[in-house]
Amino acid sequence: MLKDITLGQFFPGDTLLHRLDPRTKLILVVVYIAALFIAKSYISYAVMVAFLILSISLSNVKIGTLLKSIKPLAIIIIITALLNIFYTPGRTIVKFWIFNITWEGLRSAAFMAARIIMLIMGTFLLTYTTSPIALTDGIEILLNPLKKIKVPVHELAMMMAIALRFIPTLIEETDKIMSAQKARGADFETGNIFARAKALVPILVPLFISSFRRADELAVAMECRCYHGGEGRTRLKQLHYQKRDYFAIAFGCLVLAAVIVLRVFGL
Amino acid sequence: MSLIETRKLGHVYSQGTPLEFTALSDVDFSAEAGEFIGLIGHTGSGKSTLIQHLNGLLKPTSGEVLFQGENIYKDKQFTHQLRFHVGLVFQYPEYQLFEETVYKDISFGPKNMGLDEKEIDRRVHEAAAFVELSDEVLQASPFDLSGGQKRRAAIAGVIAMEPEVLVLDEPTAGLDPSGRESLLANIRAYRDKMNATVIMVSHSMEEIAETVDRLYVMRKGTIAMSGTPMEVFERAEELQPMGLAVPQITEVFTALRARGANVPNVYTVEQAVRAISEMKGGAASC
Repeated sequence: MLKDITLGQFFPGDTLLHRLDPRTKLILVVVYIAALFIAKSYISYAVMVAFLILSISLSNVKIGTLLKSIKPLAIIIIITALLNIFYTPGRTIVKFWIFNITWEGLRSAAFMAARIIMLIMGTFLLTYTTSPIALTDGIEILLNPLKKIKVPVHELAMMMAIALRFIPTLIEETDKIMSAQKARGADFETGNIFARAKALVPILVPLFISSFRRADELAVAMECRCYHGGEGRTRLKQLHYQKRDYFAIAFGCLVLAAVIVLRVFGL
Repeated sequence: MSLIETRKLGHVYSQGTPLEFTALSDVDFSAEAGEFIGLIGHTGSGKSTLIQHLNGLLKPTSGEVLFQGENIYKDKQFTHQLRFHVGLVFQYPEYQLFEETVYKDISFGPKNMGLDEKEIDRRVHEAAAFVELSDEVLQASPFDLSGGQKRRAAIAGVIAMEPEVLVLDEPTAGLDPSGRESLLANIRAYRDKMNATVIMVSHSMEEIAETVDRLYVMRKGTIAMSGTPMEVFERAEELQPMGLAVPQITEVFTALRARGANVPNVYTVEQAVRAISEMKGGAASC
């Protein structure tokens, strides 16, 4: 049940998308999101879909897995689409009571839904093909210039890496505690909202305590290995841009340029 | 009819996904009233998965689990009630304590059973007595206790439901030798007083040999062997490939036999002492 959560899950592999530098992938995702919001016409959306399909086919990620990752956000997508359908003025198709469905409304709803779905699929493709460690390394290096204005980039990246690392551990722990309390007759499924909220106490208290315990143990372990923040720290795995990275970034910029041009010319 | 049994029990985790994993297949397990059963096996052999079926926490993907001859999944209410008849103590149960006082924590189970205040009070005190927790400790916060006391408090939380079947997953893991001994004695006392069935998972062959009436050996999700400790530990050469061993004293005596000494098969220190003193001519001192 809880194990089915795929948030930020990484599928190891050896495809072109896996081999790309994490910085490249991060830049590409930013470029991709920018292009998605600039795209307005059918043609530019077709360009974006083609770009997404190309990326998916270059990775080994199954389309079904990506579609599954949309499921938790389905409600948001549906609500956004519905709002667009009912609140966009234009040529009326159907009219009943206070509702007025317009041709433009349908169009913008479809576009908005497509945009959100593609946004989710694109970003999930990043986390599916990049290990959390590589991802935080990439973010840290990309944000390095911010160190000049005293932003603790390394510390933030380390916190993020630790948080990501502990998501599966905490899920497992929650599962265990839930089973243990169920074995003592705890009931999480019946009763009104207050009864259910109260039923969570036997799970949350042990979970908090074990989180603090883990944090404490981890801090001691890090200090034992002389961790003292980012200053003067070298890396085991140095990141180097390869030819494929330059090519991928150039290709991404080309797509962005194409979408901008299409927008400017109103195509 | 056995008190609790499984028939051709099978469990597959994450069925239909790339992470599919068969944890149990065709497991026939049974326990009679008052029996002390041991469950041993290498890490990942399916022991924990099996015991979570005994009180209906996990649903089998094939086969069935019967309690007093009735399928435990026949309706939701029955499964819920079953948790009070089959008490399950998880590994490191001290991590599930959550109340302000030990007393309140132990009463969590009985409260869920819907018992009245007086009965709850009686059960909490009796459960605390079984695991040798003083009245003083009952009023303390569970987080101020020592590791061993926390473990006892958590086990008392299950015992307070007075289950007919008490299932424990490595109850003595991480305790010091005297703590192990006394905890095992407490569990035995509970069984004797309530005529309860106890099912215990353990990695200590000595503990198993000294405590249980009968044991099951699991390997890769199946029952590889079962029988009395004597019957199982006689087959030492089959246990080794499963990542298991026989009690140390059994090993010593096997080695003695290999050197030509005429000694019998033993599996507890007590038996060894008796065997040696018999050989010395009946003098029961050593």
